[in-house]
Amino acid sequence: MAKDVTLKINNISVTVPEGTTILQAARKAHIEIPTLCYLKDVSCVGSCRMCVVEATGARGLVAACVYPVAEGMEVRTNTEKCRESRKMTLELLLSKHKKKCLSCERNHNCELQKLSLGYGVDEDRFKGEDFVLPIDTSAPYVVRDNDKCINCMRCVAACRKQSVNAIGPIGRGFNVHIGSAFDMPLYESVCVGCGQCIVACPVGALSERSTIDEVWKAFADPTKKVVFFTAPSIRATLGEAFDMPIGTNVEGKMVAAIRRLGNCEVFNMDVTADLTIMEEASELINRIKTGKPMPMFTSCCPAWIKFVEQKYPEMIPHLSSCKSPQQMFGALLKTYWCEKHHIRPEDLFTVSVIPCTAKKYECHRPEMEGEVNAAITTRELARMIKTAGIKFTELPDEEFDNPFATATGGGAIFGATGGVMEAALRTAAHMLDGNFEVLDFFAVRGSNPIKEATYLVAGHTLRVAVASGLENAAVLLEQIKSGEKHYDFVEIMACPGGCVNGGGQPTLSDSVRNSTELKEARAKALYMSDTKNELRRSSGSPVIDMLYEDYFIFPNSHKSHEVLHTSYKEDKRI
Amino acid sequence: MKECEAACGTAEQAEKLKAVIEESRSTPGCLMHILQEAQGIYGYLPLPVQKTIAEGLGISLAEVYGVVTFYSQFSLKPKGKYRVSVCLGTACYVKGSDKILAEVEKELGIKCGECTEDGLFSIDSCRCVGACGLAPVLMINEDVHGKLTPEMVKGILDKYREEAKA
Amino acid sequence: MTIQELEAIRKKKKALIDVRRVVREQGEKLAKQTGYRKQVLVCGGTGCTSSHSMKVIAQLEESLKELGINDVLLVKTGCFGLCALGPIMIVYPEGAFYAQMTPEHAKAVAEKHLVKGGKIVKELLYQGTVASDGSIIPFAETPFYKKQMRIALRNCGVIAPEDIEEAIAAGDYEALEKVLTSMTPDDVINEISASGLRGRGGAGFPTGRKWSFAKASAGDIKYVCCNADEGDPGAFMDRSVLEGDPHCVLEAMTIAGYAIGAHQGYIYVRAEYPVAVERLKIAIAQAREYGLLGKNILGSSFDFDIEIRLGAGAFVCGEETALMTSIEGHRGEPRPRPPFPAVKGLFGKPTILNNVETWANINPIITRGAAWFAGIGTQTSTGTKVFALGGKITNVGLVEVPMGTTLREIVEEIGGGIPNGKKFKAAQTGGPSGGCIPAECIDTPIDYDSLIAIGSMMGSGGMIILDEDTCMVDISKFYLEFTADESCGKCTPCRIGTKRLLQLLTKITEGKGEPEDLVKIEELASHMKQSSLCALGQSAPNPILSTLRYFRQEYVDHIEKKHCDAGVCKALLTYSIDPAKCRGCTLCARNCPTHAITGKVREVHVIDKDICIKCGVCMANCKFGAVVRQ
Repeated sequence: MAKDVTLKINNISVTVPEGTTILQAARKAHIEIPTLCYLKDVSCVGSCRMCVVEATGARGLVAACVYPVAEGMEVRTNTEKCRESRKMTLELLLSKHKKKCLSCERNHNCELQKLSLGYGVDEDRFKGEDFVLPIDTSAPYVVRDNDKCINCMRCVAACRKQSVNAIGPIGRGFNVHIGSAFDMPLYESVCVGCGQCIVACPVGALSERSTIDEVWKAFADPTKKVVFFTAPSIRATLGEAFDMPIGTNVEGKMVAAIRRLGNCEVFNMDVTADLTIMEEASELINRIKTGKPMPMFTSCCPAWIKFVEQKYPEMIPHLSSCKSPQQMFGALLKTYWCEKHHIRPEDLFTVSVIPCTAKKYECHRPEMEGEVNAAITTRELARMIKTAGIKFTELPDEEFDNPFATATGGGAIFGATGGVMEAALRTAAHMLDGNFEVLDFFAVRGSNPIKEATYLVAGHTLRVAVASGLENAAVLLEQIKSGEKHYDFVEIMACPGGCVNGGGQPTLSDSVRNSTELKEARAKALYMSDTKNELRRSSGSPVIDMLYEDYFIFPNSHKSHEVLHTSYKEDKRI
Repeated sequence: MKECEAACGTAEQAEKLKAVIEESRSTPGCLMHILQEAQGIYGYLPLPVQKTIAEGLGISLAEVYGVVTFYSQFSLKPKGKYRVSVCLGTACYVKGSDKILAEVEKELGIKCGECTEDGLFSIDSCRCVGACGLAPVLMINEDVHGKLTPEMVKGILDKYREEAKA
Repeated sequence: MTIQELEAIRKKKKALIDVRRVVREQGEKLAKQTGYRKQVLVCGGTGCTSSHSMKVIAQLEESLKELGINDVLLVKTGCFGLCALGPIMIVYPEGAFYAQMTPEHAKAVAEKHLVKGGKIVKELLYQGTVASDGSIIPFAETPFYKKQMRIALRNCGVIAPEDIEEAIAAGDYEALEKVLTSMTPDDVINEISASGLRGRGGAGFPTGRKWSFAKASAGDIKYVCCNADEGDPGAFMDRSVLEGDPHCVLEAMTIAGYAIGAHQGYIYVRAEYPVAVERLKIAIAQAREYGLLGKNILGSSFDFDIEIRLGAGAFVCGEETALMTSIEGHRGEPRPRPPFPAVKGLFGKPTILNNVETWANINPIITRGAAWFAGIGTQTSTGTKVFALGGKITNVGLVEVPMGTTLREIVEEIGGGIPNGKKFKAAQTGGPSGGCIPAECIDTPIDYDSLIAIGSMMGSGGMIILDEDTCMVDISKFYLEFTADESCGKCTPCRIGTKRLLQLLTKITEGKGEPEDLVKIEELASHMKQSSLCALGQSAPNPILSTLRYFRQEYVDHIEKKHCDAGVCKALLTYSIDPAKCRGCTLCARNCPTHAITGKVREVHVIDKDICIKCGVCMANCKFGAVVRQ
């Protein structure tokens, strides 16, 4: 146990464990120190110098985010010296920042803007140069405008934390900029599209490649039938974009809002989450019985799939052949639903609302092209709602449209790490042993990076593991490859904490993110909805029953392979 | 990226690079050393070379490239047969080395950091070769030429032009 | 190797080395014991090899062979210090100091001096060693050497650095022997602390205290590092030590390893120093062969080894945390401190880092005692300091003087004053991190604290002398160009601040300065000093702040009068021809690269100011002083 240290911050006495930084200690004294390069759980390097404070025993000003407290230390966070220094830092940053704030997607949600307002920095005393850096639009999921970049390196840290390392600092000094090796287009790099860099960015240098315009166009096109379907986690996060408390379940308002965007059907993507479970659980059982390569990995996360194809192609045979719920939904709509309603697939415009940027790339994979016409993130949906002038918080709660309204709790928890595993276990165990009624698998819940558990079902020992964050996925992969660990079924989500913390989720201000356990708060909303749902096992869903009766006959049938399964190919990158 | 992957260098060079990577990959912090050796083998550090190194060390290309672009001695472009390096250290600067550099640029018709089309000369500047007693100085490969005046530049370069012809 | 064996080597070669250190008469006696009638020492340091001292050595070898001389020992040494006069060659036991040698001169010396019964070739000697009556002055008594005190450089120019036995005979490894046989780690640290030794790399942190922190840090893996990334452009002290006496660094690092409990050392050296790197490699190989590195050093149970790591051209890697990041194979970006390296340094382990010159002082402190060392220099800055004297000074070279020596002594006596009858304007110390000492402070005793008090800093020891032809705004701009170029780009104040400062200075030198620019410069400079992450950014504004302090009027003149007094800032100059002096010789017109000058023969010439590019060729060529620069 670290011993305690007592210090004074702005004359207020605080006691914290040894090793605590001034920034953390100040929070205990209810004092917020401004930061830019610091981001909880992601980056802590002391480079932007926004958080400078005066501390006894130190020369000059020190960076509160990295400076450890000491016994008897006296810290001043709001002296003229600190303020002047922060102001100058902002002036310098602004002198190299493309100030196209009016149309910037981070307008009103920009850390640099917020601080400039707070410190009254608006003039351009240090004339900068013209902005010349190219905008990288190579990838279908992210746009990088380096002239807006303030070199905080949070995106680099996020990418490194994902153990992807697609981007890094290039060059030295004033010319340092962020990019892929040889400044090659991002889409040609090892980038997997998880979008963690976007949510890490404090300004508008990184954003998703928006497809909002395409959706508006479809709404305006009388020949098109527009269909929306929303991923499980959207209901847990969309409210944040409208200043609602983190973890508020806004499913009803979300449905109501989408309906008010234009003439469309609004479906629940949890349905194909249930469908995924049916297919995946059956595949698992089949693999166990036929001795195919084990463990089997989940395949709902397209960033994870890209990661395997690029970095661990030898593990491709271990990936479940199930499409992700987004692609299953797209495929289901373009086949089953079109057939049923006599609509030509090309006249149907399918829009998925996803917490994820990689899904924007997924829908363009050649083998699945055309199933989902536009994939928009939670952020994009929020922007559309705002553009349409919809007073989100005042909306009534409405229900999803039939026939894809009802889903189980198992589908809902897909949005959190461990959710797919738990949902699959509920169904797989039941498939193996019809009397198996356990519904809560607590060992695979929670935001721990790697979770393991062993279950005994109908004479089978199921060894399972769950990892979120590609860094942890890589750890598991290495352990599996080396033979150190043996599993039957492994769930991987590329984003730490799963989809609730996806790269397409609302960007909250640093002050909130640095003081909240975001992943946990958002996941809680999903588990609450699971508990409240009468239907908790996917195999018990009436919609699922209908789909198999009407169309797929049984899981892993020929038809389901045609529509709901896919294949992968090696794409080795460095 | 694909087109750059076209064969780069000889099989012998590739062999040498492989040996360097093999030999030092277990030494902590070996990347710099390998890059230095690789530059010695190839004269510069093109994409395929950096890729080989990244693969050999199991690190990302972006990381290798970040290191390469941080240090001024690593070059992404081939250098001339004669590498002219004009010292812009303080002792040389106060004795007019900026004029020497300007004269070299004028004489060769290229800018600092570039290489002549015939591949004969490239120009770089450096910070102090430690021959301050001879300031201002320039180096051509390993030879130091000191106590220079702009008028002397042409004569010196001509000597190397002759040598190249011979 | 055992201690007995070490002592045997020392004994065997002692006389050989002593000949090079004692005065002439004794030397002649001693020489008889060595088996060599004469010893010829030729500088093989970078300064002299740049002026082709290797050709001199080759010629000497050939001449000696031709002349059938086999009782003359030829030794390739490190730097003698007086680089301006290189290549330098000294013949013992006479101590004849030959300067600016060429192969022809070498041949002449061999034929006339090195032969039996030969005589010193006076006309080839450094003329400072020839008195007006024709007698020869020992070089140690010339103004350049007289006021110097060589502790760190004690063996430079004395021994053959590639021969470990000469190094041992000259006293290297004597301190290590003492430490391993009779001192505890605490004794070592106490001795270093008592000596008052402060880091010679720049900031002047007490070395003993640094070591004691590292010793107190828990952990079985610790590291000792040597900073040989001498990045200050115009400083070459460390290079000279490595080239002249590499073993003194290896020995000192081993001692530090023993003191703090480390078994591995790293020397981070600039790749621009090929000679130093080569000598270090040889020295490490020899030290391993002789059992002075490796397992059970000198029969003790202490193990220590050293590896060389090459820099790749980044000034910031002279900063301790950046240097460690670089050794770890990453971009050489500094890390925030604390944690200090003594707690968490290289590879996350407790580490001490000292620069070459600091290491060079360890052996004398251990062998001669802390009290002796503390008696040299001033109260708070003990010992000596090596300076690389350069710029507008007659005796460009390497000098080592006791702390507290005044700038005047260095410039006027040791340095031999300013050439071409120009006036001393300022001395720049500390390179891009330091500042200027103006003429009015020339009597300042030089030590860590007095330099800081007048707005400069010791730095690693570069000392560039500036004369009246130097523009102080331009020199600030030069340094800012350097720091802007070398900023790693990690922290905001340095990354953007250096660039903006440079832009403001450029604006001023181009005649576009506005009065508020000085305000902006001062605000920005103080911001960078306060808030930058590492010493590079914190000290980058120093050259500006110190020139603003002493030469503010020059800035004001540039801004308000658009005038550069030193005539350096081209945009502010105009060239014209004084009709009263012009004789119409046409020389200027013929030499003008842009044909800006017109005029007929024997008629007054005129410069077209629109075409003139202000290169100054006309002025240089005019024999009548008719070209005027304003």
